[in-house]
Amino acid sequence: MPLSSNHLLGLQGVSKEDLQLILDTAHTFREILDRPIKKVPTLQGKTIVNLFYESSTRTRISFELAEKRLSADAINFAVSGSSVSKGETFKDTIKNIEAMKIDMVIVRHSAAGAPVYLTKICDANIINAGDGTHEHPTQALLDMYSIRQKLGKLEGLKVCIVGDIAHSRVALSNIFGLQTMGAKVSVCGPSTMIPKNIKDLGVEVIYNIDEAIQDNDVLNVLRIQLERNAGEYFPSIREYAKYFGITNERLDKNGKDVLILHPGPINRGVELSSEVADGSNQIILYQVTNGVAIRMAVLYLLGTLN
Amino acid sequence: MKTILKNVNVINPAEKVNLRGTNIILNNGLIEKIGELKFEDTSNAEEFDFSGCYVAPGFFDMHVHLREPGREDEETVVTGCNSAASGGFTGVACMPNTEPTIDSAEVVNFIKKQAKDHLVDVHSVAAATIGRKGDQLSPMAELAEAGAVAFSDDGAAIKTASILKRVIEYSSIYKLPVIEHCEDESLSNGAMNEGLNSTFLGLPPLPSVSEDLIVIRDIQMAEYVGGKVHIAHISTKNAVALVREAKKKGIQVTAEVTPHHFTLTDDAVKSYDTNAKMSPPLRTHEDVDAIIEGLADGTIDCIASDHAPHSPEEKEAEFQFAPNGIVGLETAVGLSVSELVHKKKLTVEDLIFKLSINPRKILSLPLPEFKVGEEANFTIFDINKIWTVDITKFKSKSKNSPFDRRLLTGNSVAVINKGKMFNNNKWISLLNTD
Ligand SMILES: [Zn+2]
Repeated sequence: MPLSSNHLLGLQGVSKEDLQLILDTAHTFREILDRPIKKVPTLQGKTIVNLFYESSTRTRISFELAEKRLSADAINFAVSGSSVSKGETFKDTIKNIEAMKIDMVIVRHSAAGAPVYLTKICDANIINAGDGTHEHPTQALLDMYSIRQKLGKLEGLKVCIVGDIAHSRVALSNIFGLQTMGAKVSVCGPSTMIPKNIKDLGVEVIYNIDEAIQDNDVLNVLRIQLERNAGEYFPSIREYAKYFGITNERLDKNGKDVLILHPGPINRGVELSSEVADGSNQIILYQVTNGVAIRMAVLYLLGTLN
Repeated sequence: MKTILKNVNVINPAEKVNLRGTNIILNNGLIEKIGELKFEDTSNAEEFDFSGCYVAPGFFDMHVHLREPGREDEETVVTGCNSAASGGFTGVACMPNTEPTIDSAEVVNFIKKQAKDHLVDVHSVAAATIGRKGDQLSPMAELAEAGAVAFSDDGAAIKTASILKRVIEYSSIYKLPVIEHCEDESLSNGAMNEGLNSTFLGLPPLPSVSEDLIVIRDIQMAEYVGGKVHIAHISTKNAVALVREAKKKGIQVTAEVTPHHFTLTDDAVKSYDTNAKMSPPLRTHEDVDAIIEGLADGTIDCIASDHAPHSPEEKEAEFQFAPNGIVGLETAVGLSVSELVHKKKLTVEDLIFKLSINPRKILSLPLPEFKVGEEANFTIFDINKIWTVDITKFKSKSKNSPFDRRLLTGNSVAVINKGKMFNNNKWISLLNTD
């Protein structure tokens, strides 16, 4: 069964069947990653461009590795943020790259909707690797895969996303994907970082981290953008850590075996205390490994569509 | 030279004129007769059959951006006037956010010169402060003397309450209104209306309270100073309610709305179409409903297009980096008739108030009169004409419109002013040749 779309722009509107297919496919690739020889010839002859308008070493490396494992030809194209505020440049860049006969574009961009725009001007399969504060579908997929592996299911689970929801692309993708899979999603953070109308998405809002720990099976803890947000969206890093940071003490107090995810990189001592970041509840590095498998699955499913 | 407009409905609610199936005879661009045609009227006359059309006082768009001087690649005074004539307007007021800004008599005179020979009357709205920077009063007396019809820092609200107070005080000497783009600067760094759609799309949000706060400030200031404030492109339901209350209290506040704000909601942004990016942003169904109610009960005085041409290079960008605004002049009449008259929100008479009479009154401009000997200043429109918007046919230099391919009912078919007529894509002189 193939995917029902030529692109992966976000998880909004993606069907349960498609999500299931990606997660199951990732599972077969996950097994390859544990083999001594980790390469398969599946995408031999396919050319993939990693178009990064915003630096994100982790995401790029994960995609690159996935491309290599599938034997695709990968080209990295990084553009520094400030020089691309004009659409002309963006469009011209795309047209140029497309003229080189490429099959797929992995795009990371600071502007929401940039991948949608790409699908309008270019024939390649487009994969969104994070657009502005909109979506980051492969991150949410790897989160979902990791949860499913650890807890055996997604349906019926209670998952809380903690932190700066308003400026996060990870949150929205997780909300859409998890809800489709039958999980119950809530968010927790200072009200200044919770987008308006989030409740209309069927998401519960919690302002108390202890409650969030108590009530949920999974916490997906987001990175706080210290540079940008301290003082503007919350009074100080110290105050954030005190009221929203997850510590062993808090985990013990709420007596729960909650699973903790984090998309990285971690601010130790802010959203997670060091003991929690290295502790037994978290699966942070496991997520990283799964990220490669998820990206292999997405590349494979889109790359072998036609 | 005589010109006959045959089989027309002559309508001017300002003068309580409403004649069905009559004729207008013009001589040398002046009204000679309104009524039955006699044999001697028709000799040597050019006849235009406008069966079923209304002849109204020429429509006036009090909020357009003509881009000249500065961005002649996007629009010039002449192409903007062509766009106006094609859309059914015989007069426009152009906003001061040009380069240089309209903050000196020289620029007002330059624009007048550019528009001199055109059918369309062009009046300048001058900047309220030098360079629209909000620090220093513009030379308002000199600007008024040169012909400025209002003052505005459009693109933004006047920066501080203290300078706003002085702008209203000073402009009231000349009885000219201050036109405000109501947006709180500290809340203005978003890309679309804050709500469920902005959350879905991950676009930086612009809260509607940003507009409401400045509307409150401006109304309070207009009351306190006793001057006139005009709210440009009103877009929120709270702002409509605030203007309604202020009018009840007798405060001198007026308001305009754009056709896109009574036609579209922020659903239009869902495909990240930059043609749906406006300032103020498209809002919600509730806001649209409140705006239409405000138009119907007189809270909103007039319809203005906020004609904002942009080059394709600029509009073909990532949504949050694209500039705001759309080409408005050539769809304003069609949208107004389709959305307001045919949906029974406004009568044809109401529409003429909103598109012709009220904007001129707000700017203290003389109203076209339907009297023998007066210069003809008409918009001739057909409320039943069904047509499809085609941006490639726009007279404007720019093509940015979210209404391309939209089916509309009702449009202007001709305009007449200053002894000239624009009809059927042709410019026709109505003047005696020697
Ligand atoms: Zn404005």
